[in-house]
Amino acid sequence: MSVDLLKTTQLTKSFGDTHAVDHVDFTVAAGEVLALIGSNGAGKTTLINLISGLIAPDSGRVDFQGSDITRASTHRKIGLGIARSFQLVNLFDQLSVQDNVTLAIFSREGRTRRLFSLADADTAVRDEGAAVLKQFGLDTRAGEPAGGLSQGERKLLDVAVAYALRPKLLFLDEPTSGVSTREKAPIMDIITSVVRSGGITAVIIEHDMDVVFTYCPRIVAMHQGAILADGTPDEIRNNEQVTANLLGTHRHA
Amino acid sequence: MTGPPRRVLAWSAPVLLALIVLPFVVPPYQTVLLTYGLVFAIAALGFNLLLGYTGLLSFGHSAYFGMGAYAVAFTVKYLKLESMEAFLLSGILASGAVAALFGLLCVRYTKIFFGILTMALSQVLWSLAFKFFWVTGGSDGLRVPTPTLLGGLVQAGNDKFEFLSHRYYFYVLAIFVVAVAVMWVIVHSPFGRALQAIRDNETRAEFVGVQVWHYRWVAFLISGMFTGLAGALWVPLNGLTTPDILHWTFSGKMVFFTVLGGFQTFFGPIVGAIIFNYLETYAVGHTVYWQMVLGIVLVVLVLALPAGIVGTLRRLLPRPARAV
Repeated sequence: MSVDLLKTTQLTKSFGDTHAVDHVDFTVAAGEVLALIGSNGAGKTTLINLISGLIAPDSGRVDFQGSDITRASTHRKIGLGIARSFQLVNLFDQLSVQDNVTLAIFSREGRTRRLFSLADADTAVRDEGAAVLKQFGLDTRAGEPAGGLSQGERKLLDVAVAYALRPKLLFLDEPTSGVSTREKAPIMDIITSVVRSGGITAVIIEHDMDVVFTYCPRIVAMHQGAILADGTPDEIRNNEQVTANLLGTHRHA
Repeated sequence: MTGPPRRVLAWSAPVLLALIVLPFVVPPYQTVLLTYGLVFAIAALGFNLLLGYTGLLSFGHSAYFGMGAYAVAFTVKYLKLESMEAFLLSGILASGAVAALFGLLCVRYTKIFFGILTMALSQVLWSLAFKFFWVTGGSDGLRVPTPTLLGGLVQAGNDKFEFLSHRYYFYVLAIFVVAVAVMWVIVHSPFGRALQAIRDNETRAEFVGVQVWHYRWVAFLISGMFTGLAGALWVPLNGLTTPDILHWTFSGKMVFFTVLGGFQTFFGPIVGAIIFNYLETYAVGHTVYWQMVLGIVLVVLVLALPAGIVGTLRRLLPRPARAV
């Protein structure tokens, strides 16, 4: 567990005068499930965007399994085993729920280059897709277009698509944002059990502190582009800087 | 899943049978008219791989249709060949080469930028065909004789109209069937799924590991080659190729076919192309205001039937019967 799966060194990104991510050293150990917390604008999503390749850093470096991937293409990062979900759900709305997941499987297996075989005739991929949907409780919706799902189901499918890539490291950007309080716990139950059973290392951005304290043994708090605190739920709860900057104001989220 | 293919075969088999019997029951003129329709349908099939499946609206597909046609004319002029198979090969290769090149420039853009760039590039070809008359014949175009089919096994004979309405019709029909089958497999392949994923959400497609521009380029290439094949099949019917078919207004017709039939369905563009061909032919034959007739049809279509003919039919049919 002591091996760093991911390590950022002095990672920096500015948007104009705003230091969105400011010389951040951040490590993730293999096998852990950690939460990234912080108020809006703290730099959590930017940090994930820099690591996953959605945007390029101004300076600093990102190492994954000991090799430098700072400037690697998104395609290469995914090949290495880094996947992500999105805060604003990003799905293939006209494709069926099942096809959303099987596309990720085809892509992982390098089969999306196949022009002259029928996608639906690939029973191995179809079965694996069905198994993933079952794990996420979406099996009854398999044939529906993804655009027709409820918000909670869409959040789950978004995670399922990333999970189907069988990543080593999975970033989940606010998997319960925009869903009712009642739905949050079941969604997090499913996500954490799937992630743990798959042996996947996960970094979860979350605003809801009750969710964070319940599901994540390690918490990293960010504030104004820098890491403010890093520790267990108890340590974070008792950290004065965190209480002053984050916990007092998080309820609006 | 053998369900959908079986359902498609269930209704396409009778349609195919009707198409085979047709030349023996209708006047030759009608068969020739339908041949044009089938040729345009192949072009529309290629065009819709980009619009319906990849989400890219090309306004420059006249370039590939025209390249297919001019490649045939050059094969006659410079290589002195008259075999239809040589025509098809040169048409597909030439349109493929142009699509590969133009595609490299275009697929990095989307939406209106993609549309304008495809149109601008096709206009370059049009102006070349128009100005370099010593090569292309300019506005007079180039004549193409009636070809021999199947490596010379089937000769044209003296009655050109009889040849076009029977032997050539069956030749086009066979290629049409193969083209439809190949395209059907492509859009239902893992590759086809990746294109639809790009259409729906480019960012997410990138984040499941699909290299978006690479897939767009391959789609562009296939699309151009199908349209080029149609261009090569069209020349012997027309007997002549002129710069008109390279002009952007001809690209506009391909957009029209596809919207008419319904771009969100596989068979929509095919139906649209065949119906448009009849519509245009009869409008031209019956009124000098034929462009106005087509314009009104287009306005009504966009306002009242945005899903096109096949798209609307599909909505009206009960779900289990859906096959198109």
